[in-house]
Amino acid sequence: MQIISQVLFLIALVVGIGFFIRNIRRLLRNIKLGKEVDRSDNKGERFAKMARIAFGQSKMVKKPVSGFLHVIVYVGFIIINIEVLEIIIDGLFGTHRVLSFMGGFYNVLIASFEVLALLVLIGVIVFWIRRNILNIYRFLSRELKGWPKNDANYILYFEMVLMVLFLVMNATDYQLQLNGAPHYASEAGITGSFPVSQFLLPIFEGMSNATLIIIERAAWWLHILGILFFLNYLYYSKHLHILLAFPNVYLSKLQPQGEMNNLQAVTDEVKLMMDPDADPFAAPAEEEEGAEPDKFGASDVFDLNQVQLLNSYTCTECGRCTAECPANQTGKKLSPRKIMMDTRDRLEEVGEIINTKGKYEDNGKQLLDDFILREELWACTTCNACVEACPVGIDPLSIILDMRRYLVMEESAAPNELAIAMTNIENNGAPWPYNQQDRLNWAKEN
Amino acid sequence: MAEALKVPTMAEYMAEGKKPEVLFWVGCAGSFDDRAKKITKAFVKLLHEAGVDFAVLGTEESCTGDPAKRAGNEFLFQMQAATNIEVLNGYEIEKVVTACPHCFNTIKNEYPALGGNYEVMHHTQFLKALLNEGKLKVEGGKFKGKRITFHDPCYLGRANGEYEAPRDLLRKLEVELVEMRKCKSNGLCCGAGGGQMFKEPEPGNKDVNIERTEQAMEVKPEVIAAGCPFCNTMMTDGVKGKNKEDSVEVMDVAELIANAHDL
Repeated sequence: MQIISQVLFLIALVVGIGFFIRNIRRLLRNIKLGKEVDRSDNKGERFAKMARIAFGQSKMVKKPVSGFLHVIVYVGFIIINIEVLEIIIDGLFGTHRVLSFMGGFYNVLIASFEVLALLVLIGVIVFWIRRNILNIYRFLSRELKGWPKNDANYILYFEMVLMVLFLVMNATDYQLQLNGAPHYASEAGITGSFPVSQFLLPIFEGMSNATLIIIERAAWWLHILGILFFLNYLYYSKHLHILLAFPNVYLSKLQPQGEMNNLQAVTDEVKLMMDPDADPFAAPAEEEEGAEPDKFGASDVFDLNQVQLLNSYTCTECGRCTAECPANQTGKKLSPRKIMMDTRDRLEEVGEIINTKGKYEDNGKQLLDDFILREELWACTTCNACVEACPVGIDPLSIILDMRRYLVMEESAAPNELAIAMTNIENNGAPWPYNQQDRLNWAKEN
Repeated sequence: MAEALKVPTMAEYMAEGKKPEVLFWVGCAGSFDDRAKKITKAFVKLLHEAGVDFAVLGTEESCTGDPAKRAGNEFLFQMQAATNIEVLNGYEIEKVVTACPHCFNTIKNEYPALGGNYEVMHHTQFLKALLNEGKLKVEGGKFKGKRITFHDPCYLGRANGEYEAPRDLLRKLEVELVEMRKCKSNGLCCGAGGGQMFKEPEPGNKDVNIERTEQAMEVKPEVIAAGCPFCNTMMTDGVKGKNKEDSVEVMDVAELIANAHDL
């Protein structure tokens, strides 16, 4: 019996982790569909930023209530994973609480897991209430209707169930130890310390050891299978941030937020135009022949860079960006969160085509128009509030700008008034139709 | 004021074989917009007051390309940048001061990669430096004790992390500085950035400048201080929209300092 359960456990572990690796491979493959971007500079500064913002949650706590609760769930998640390590060893080798050789320290560990599990449970319940009962602006947006809302709730239910299973497992284990059940009880006394689950004992007191073992084993199995399932649910949900927040912050822009990248392809053209020695009739250099000229800006995920695509997978749809967006607050269609969700959904669509057909075949859709509307793009004031608000260093503005670049430079599709302002800049060096020769007139006026 | 302001140009300096200490980049709004021209003049008066050796480009100045870039016209932006950098480098400019956060951000952050390397300061930073050096006296004056709130321009604040220079100057005027619910890194945009100044907003239920003006009104200010000609326009329109123009003024930090001392 024991050996069968060990084998079953090994199979579950291999399947669970194997499937997870397959998903991570797909994720990396999809991200690599984007353009390469060099972020190998300033390693020290990047590391410090990651430590501060991702590991240290410095931006999360700017909203004190959700920030504090998130820190609890985050710390709980990390610490309780030490317990998962023990579960895996016990499962593989049929041991009981293998780490208990640590003695007093083990009791402290188990006690702290229990307290954290309770706090996580409370935190997650409050999260559920915030999402479903309180009318919080950022949870009411259009883009959260349907799957995204359900997805968020599934994750919360999952965490609740996992924490309850953990506490039930400990309570029954404790009861079995008290009953002196073989395999559970040890001559040295009680293994572990159960400050929370001890309050569940009245439920289990009268039960026979056989029943208790069934409950304990069921809770143990469901807990670990649940964790393996959750690990694989990540890729299909908004919840990848628990892994991707770290590389995402590391790779985020270090320059001042106001600095927007200069397009090298444009710089080259401008240089050529301004070079008095350039021969306008020169034949293109040989290696360039037949090569497709660089597209300006982005109309699909392939035109974005790999960090922007990573951003889209990292987004956990918290909506802090959207809540701060001046356009969104005043009823415009733009929602920076939707920009990220759309980018991810389109990338996933492309990924699915590659999964089934081996390579991308045009399905008649693209990021622009089929996902992100022009009206959304033109509502942006480039104020950087979304970038500032993101707790994990996502830059929705860079995607908006790249798509505007496509609209203007490839399609000449700027809103009319903007096109006029640009023509003015081109003709007379100011967005208004004033003559450049009148630029100093103010000095002579009273 | 009867006599015209003395505003030397780079060309005049060049003709005399001299170089000013700093170039005042006026910007399109500062040159052409009637409201913003007042800010330009106030700042020039302060420069004279502090005895700063400055010049402007005058008719050789052109749009930095900021609105074009943020509207997606990278090509036009880089054309503007290349032309401006050629002029600036031709005059061997080392230091630039501007009263427009958009010009400030563009020249400071986006020109270096295109060959334009200058020390660039926003006028509030420059005035604060003058104050620290003892060249400019800012204390009390007619705004002493007045309730003033400062609206952070996105391209000075969030974009470049400068929140304190304008506030330090206001404190020197001994005003009652009150902060809006959304300020500094959480400040709400006035609605003009990213080319919005030059177009009608997309359909929505409110204009951004009205939302921001309402936030300012919550703290019941006598003056809304600004540090950007576009914010100034948007907030002025917002105040008018609320029919409060008789009780609430929108003024640039430079105007507040100049007016405080009747310059």
